Parts: sequence; structure tokens; C-alpha cells
Amino acid sequence: MTAAVARNDQALSQQDALYDYCLRLGDNALILGQRVAEWTSNAPTVELDIALGNQALDLFGQARMLLDYAGRVEGKGRSEDDIAFLRDVLDFRNVLLVEQPNGDFGQTVVRQFLYATFASALYEGLSQSKDEELSGIAQKAVKEMAYHARHNGEWVVRLGDGTEESHARVQAGLDALWPYVHEVFEADEIDLAMAEAGIGVDPASLKDAWLAEVTAVIERATLTLPETDWHPDGGKRGHHSEHLGFILADLQFLQRTYPGAQW
Amino acid sequence: MAEAAHRSQDEDAVWRALEEVKDPEIPVLSVLNLGVVRAVEFSDDDLEVTITPTYSGCPAMDMIEAEIKESLARAGYPDASVKTVLSPPWTTDWIDEDGRAKLLEFGIAPPQKATANKRALFSAPPEVACPQCGSENTEMVSEFGSTACKALYKCGDCLEPFDYFKCL
Ligand SMILES: [Zn+2]
Repeated sequence: MTAAVARNDQALSQQDALYDYCLRLGDNALILGQRVAEWTSNAPTVELDIALGNQALDLFGQARMLLDYAGRVEGKGRSEDDIAFLRDVLDFRNVLLVEQPNGDFGQTVVRQFLYATFASALYEGLSQSKDEELSGIAQKAVKEMAYHARHNGEWVVRLGDGTEESHARVQAGLDALWPYVHEVFEADEIDLAMAEAGIGVDPASLKDAWLAEVTAVIERATLTLPETDWHPDGGKRGHHSEHLGFILADLQFLQRTYPGAQW
Repeated sequence: MAEAAHRSQDEDAVWRALEEVKDPEIPVLSVLNLGVVRAVEFSDDDLEVTITPTYSGCPAMDMIEAEIKESLARAGYPDASVKTVLSPPWTTDWIDEDGRAKLLEFGIAPPQKATANKRALFSAPPEVACPQCGSENTEMVSEFGSTACKALYKCGDCLEPFDYFKCL
């Protein structure tokens, strides 16, 4: 988009930065919610099916509030639905971690655990935001994401410290996802501008505490923290893996095929 | 004086109209029991009711807003508006005593009072008394239940499964 190009030439306005910041938060919740919703009717047990469905619902609720606010900040009259259903891959601002495939149940609980521990710390920080809207959303979301972190953390331990098979699977899930963690904590000019204005949180500032929390669970689960120098990124600037296009094909099909459809 | 008395009668009618609006997922609870109504304001001849969502993704909130408008219209306020605020965030502590008693009678264990640290990992699940037989010999089956606000428990004595209104 031309606006994105123009930004390199002129100082980033606070409004542009806030719009992008809200999109990043909202897209993370939306895309992760869509991934989790793929489990509906496919989970290992009916209780887990319900648990995954409810987690997706929490994430969609957060996405609605964040994208609705992004639309108001942008000021072009776009609703949360316009933003969710009528943007293309390059306009999405979620991190690559949340668009990674579900894999098996072990890989999914690892992804949910890694993300929810990050998100609950982030929302805890955003609860103090000078932006009242973001602060209000964060105060609700922190409780939900903390609940997700606990639920998924317990499953990481149960599977990691379980059978040989479950241990191997959850370790494989952790190995597959670990490279994508790096991007989650990378701060760029938008993160820094928002943090400086007292509106956002510098994600890099959360990493040490997050790593300590995650390491404690990984050890308890008898798993091994992977080591890797491969750190794919770009999601926050719209450079996505091939997976996102397939997610959007599912997510956006109805509104693309029957524009304005309601129920 | 007459004006003030008139106003307060109006206000009573508004609160009664709100009492008639039930949570679509837990129909024994009114929106007042649930604590989602945060303010009722008359200004000039306008009426504005402020509500707050329970959970971010609670699918009942749109319906609750529509039903509040309908109920107020029946009470003579067809132009009443409903405003949603997020902060301060709703907590299960806002369910009133009457609401807690109704939950128990309905077979749902009411939420415990809020604990200090919501972000603590691996705290033991709360001990919840069975709403059927009162036994405390219960165990959590799943952290997520039939709706976003509930967890699933089972009683070790009467063997009945039951919902626990989880504490947030
Ligand atoms: Zn019992």
C-alpha cells in the first residue's frame, strides 16, 4: 500500500503507529483464534474440544474489541468485520507464531502455552496504558490469557512428563515452534514509539521474565529448551508464511463470496 | 418535590425493566444479579444504561443489549440507549448474593471470591462444593465447560457432574 511506503519518508504519526499497533494485537488474536477453532469437533476428547472452542471464543472476543478500535483510530469508517474479512495477506500484522499449523494436540498446546504466557504479560503491562481503550481491553484480556496459560501449561507438563510417545510429540512441537518465538519479542519503531508514548509495551522488556516462566514449565515437563539460530520474522510488517493465505481462505470465504452477508 | 418524586418513580420502573432481562445462557440470573449493569443515567429526557461485558468473547452480550432495549421500550423508553464500557473490568465478585443463591439452586456452583494472583501458574484448582449434595469431595474435570464462564466438575459422593461458575 502507498501509505506504508510513504511512512519511510516522513515521521510516523502517532495515529498511524497506534493503528498499526492495534492491528498487530487484533490480528494475533484473530489468527490464533481461527487456528484454535480448527480443532472444533477434532480434539482428542469432548472436554478438550470444548476447552479449545472456548479459547477460540476468548481470542475472537479480544480480536473484535481490538479491530473495532483499530477501525476507529484509522478514521475511515471501517468496522471490525471490514478489517477482519476484507483485508489481504499482505495487510495482516500478526506474528508468524500464531499462523503456524496446529500439528498434533501436543504441538497446539505448546503454541498456546508460549503465546498465552507472552500475551498475559503483555496485557498486564497494557492495563496501565495511557490509552483508555487499550487499557480497558487489556484489563479484560489479561485474565483470559492467564487462564489459557495455566490450562495449556498444565497440558505441556502432563504430556511432556507423560509417556514416551507423548513426550516425543510435545518435544517435536516445541522444536518446531521455538524459532518463531524470537519475532514475538522483537521491537520495531512502532513498538518503541508506542512504548515511549506510554501507550504500548516494548515486547523486548518482557522477554527475560517470560523465558524464566516458560523454562520452569519446560523443566517440569522434562522437556529440553531448543537452541536455534534461525529466527524467521516479518509478520508484523506483512511478510507472512504461506500458511496465512490458507487461513484467510477459510476465514474470509463467506464475506468474499456473499459480500455483506449477515445472520 | 413533585418533580423529584416523578423521577424516582421513573427510576424504579427502569430498574424493574432491567430486572426482567435475564442472562440468555443462565436464565435464572438477571443482568442486575450478574452485575453487568454499571449505571443508569437520565439526562434531559434521555435514558442511557451502561453495561460491561462479562467475557471478551461472551456471545450473550449482543443479545443482552438487545433485550435491555426491548425491555426498556416496553417500560416506556423506546429511545433508551445502551452504552458498553470495558473498564473497570467485570469480575465474578460483582454477582450479587441473590444471584449466587439462584446459581446454587439452578445446579451451578457459584464462583469463589477472587484470589490474589490471577497469573499464577499451577495453583491447585479451587475446592468447590457440589451444588446437588453439598459434598466437598469434588474434582475438576475440565477448566472449560458448557459456556465461556464455566468449568466442569464432578462430585465424588453423589457422582453427578456439575458446572462451576469460574472465578475471574
Ligand atoms: Zn454431590
